[in-house]
Amino acid sequence: MSHSTVPRDTTGTRTPEKQAAGSGDTAGPGKGEGSGTPGTTPGKLSLRLRFRRDRTLILMTVPALVLILVFNYIPILGNVVAFQDYDPYLSENGFVAILESPWIGFEQFERIFADSAFWHAVQNTFVLFFLQLVLYFPIPILLALLINSVVRPRVRAVAQAIMYLPHFFSWVLVVTVFMQIFGGAGIIAQTLRRHGYEGFDLMTDPEIFKYLVTAETVWKDAGWGIIVFLAALSAVSNDLYEAAAMDGAGRWRRMWHITLPALRPVIALLLVLRVGDALTVGFEQLLLQRQAVGVDASEVLDTYVWWNGIRNQDFSYAAAAGLIKGVVGLGLVLTANKVAHLMGEQGVYKK
Amino acid sequence: MTTVLGTPAGPQRPPDRATRKPSPWAAPPRPVWEEEPSRAGQAGKGLVLGLACLGILFPLWIVVVTSLQTKRTIDEAGGLVVIPKSITFVAYQELLTGGQVQRATLVSIGVTVVGTLFSMAVSVLSAYGLSRSGSLGHRWILMTLLATMFFGAGLIPTYLLVQALGLTDTYLALILPSAVSVFNILVLRAFFMNISQELIDSARIDGAGDWRILFRIVMPLSRAVIAVIALFYAVGYWSAWFNASIYLTDQDMMPLQNVMIQLVQKQERPVGLSAQINTGQLSPLAIQMAVMVLALLPVAVLSPFVQKHFKKGMLTGAVKG
Repeated sequence: MSHSTVPRDTTGTRTPEKQAAGSGDTAGPGKGEGSGTPGTTPGKLSLRLRFRRDRTLILMTVPALVLILVFNYIPILGNVVAFQDYDPYLSENGFVAILESPWIGFEQFERIFADSAFWHAVQNTFVLFFLQLVLYFPIPILLALLINSVVRPRVRAVAQAIMYLPHFFSWVLVVTVFMQIFGGAGIIAQTLRRHGYEGFDLMTDPEIFKYLVTAETVWKDAGWGIIVFLAALSAVSNDLYEAAAMDGAGRWRRMWHITLPALRPVIALLLVLRVGDALTVGFEQLLLQRQAVGVDASEVLDTYVWWNGIRNQDFSYAAAAGLIKGVVGLGLVLTANKVAHLMGEQGVYKK
Repeated sequence: MTTVLGTPAGPQRPPDRATRKPSPWAAPPRPVWEEEPSRAGQAGKGLVLGLACLGILFPLWIVVVTSLQTKRTIDEAGGLVVIPKSITFVAYQELLTGGQVQRATLVSIGVTVVGTLFSMAVSVLSAYGLSRSGSLGHRWILMTLLATMFFGAGLIPTYLLVQALGLTDTYLALILPSAVSVFNILVLRAFFMNISQELIDSARIDGAGDWRILFRIVMPLSRAVIAVIALFYAVGYWSAWFNASIYLTDQDMMPLQNVMIQLVQKQERPVGLSAQINTGQLSPLAIQMAVMVLALLPVAVLSPFVQKHFKKGMLTGAVKG
């Protein structure tokens, strides 16, 4: 246990850090070890002394670091199988099998680009992404404005508790709950049948599927989504509203000129995150309904990778498809962030 | 004459009614500058809010009610029951006295408890380790963690890795690959960084090391955020089914969510219970609904308790990244 009382020159490093945090640096801390304003940093300590002082802290981060390195970084290297004709049966050990598999360059990628099923999955991914952007994205904002205008504290707390609830349900539960409502044996079809009408099954209708998926997302997460907006709204000073009211602004004008501008940075940030994550459109949710609704309607990039890799054991092919998704996804994050900067918003990170 | 500074909005505050505690259901006094809301506007707001809550609660109501009905009520209703006519716990008795569902529930509870404790230990330690600015190497470690938020390794390499590590068909495969969430670490870290530096310095001068500072000062001050993050992790473990579906082959090891897929979504008969269902004592539908209630109950009971801390936890995470 280290009982060292050597100070961690907090005055020197804290000041630039606060500036960085203010300018939207997701990475948190400031520009570099030595960037503390000269004069406040009490003479640089030797590396050995700093290590002795901080070894407990470093030790504390080791478990998380090891887990991240093993389960997030080593698999990145594992993507080399995309350039191989990987054969899991070459060896008992997966690592050895990778080393012994033949290299075939970009052949897997050529196969993928020639596969119409791949392009179909891409198309489905984008259709679902745009649908969710248009139909899902505005709902939490509207709900937050609604909740924010409720002044009775207990009503507000109860409504929030109910709306947050579905976020904590598993996708399995959400899909089965929707089955009980819209499925062939669901409550709507059941009531229709009892009154002499024909029942229906929305859960297996490929035409409606994309709207169904969006509705499920709204049911599960729209309520939870309001939390960020509520936080932004609670930071708005009441004086602004009072001043505007004094100047004769009515309820709607106050919302337009004060409330919405206060939400703008949050909306921009969430849009950037959403666009950056555009290729991920609900993997578990779609996988659960894949069998019921058919591949044509439900196949997206993630399920395509799962099907080819896990199900058909064509690991190299699926890894190549996954790699395409990863690289394009990374490009999307960076582009979306750039656009946000150009529009004067903070974005996710800053150089 | 000329009023000098006393503009209309000035000191004419509404009388302070804080002497009597207002009911939490009642509206607090309105600021003088705000106009009275219109009746129609209030009614519209109430309607939308009511419909939204109903849309969430009604499906859950059907599931819970149907799970408590006798076979006769369910047959009369022709399936799902909206208005309860009888109450029986037969379905739960059947499920929880042995068989597939009982085992799956225990598996889920075990994985959730062990996984959450493990994840929390790892996350709290690393969040504290990274929260003392100016410490050696913390920037590099932080960058290493942050980078994973931008680039996922992909399903196939992860799958091959878990296989190569020999984790398939062990419960470790359900815990280790998803044990750390960088986002949760960042939220904890942001919270820890807000704890007054003077407090920590004074403890250090009194001879406390980093372990003691973490356990005796930082953690007791962060109960709210720790509760929120623990709930996030617990819900994650409780809800997970995909890893079990690809890493476990033994049906006896499956957690509750996977059994729910088999029983409710694919309408398979539960193993070891078919006899009672066939003799007509118990509706298979009630069994299915009871499985769903088992899956939603812990979450529905726990999350409202942590609710008041959500905003705090989410806000510190969102603002300080």
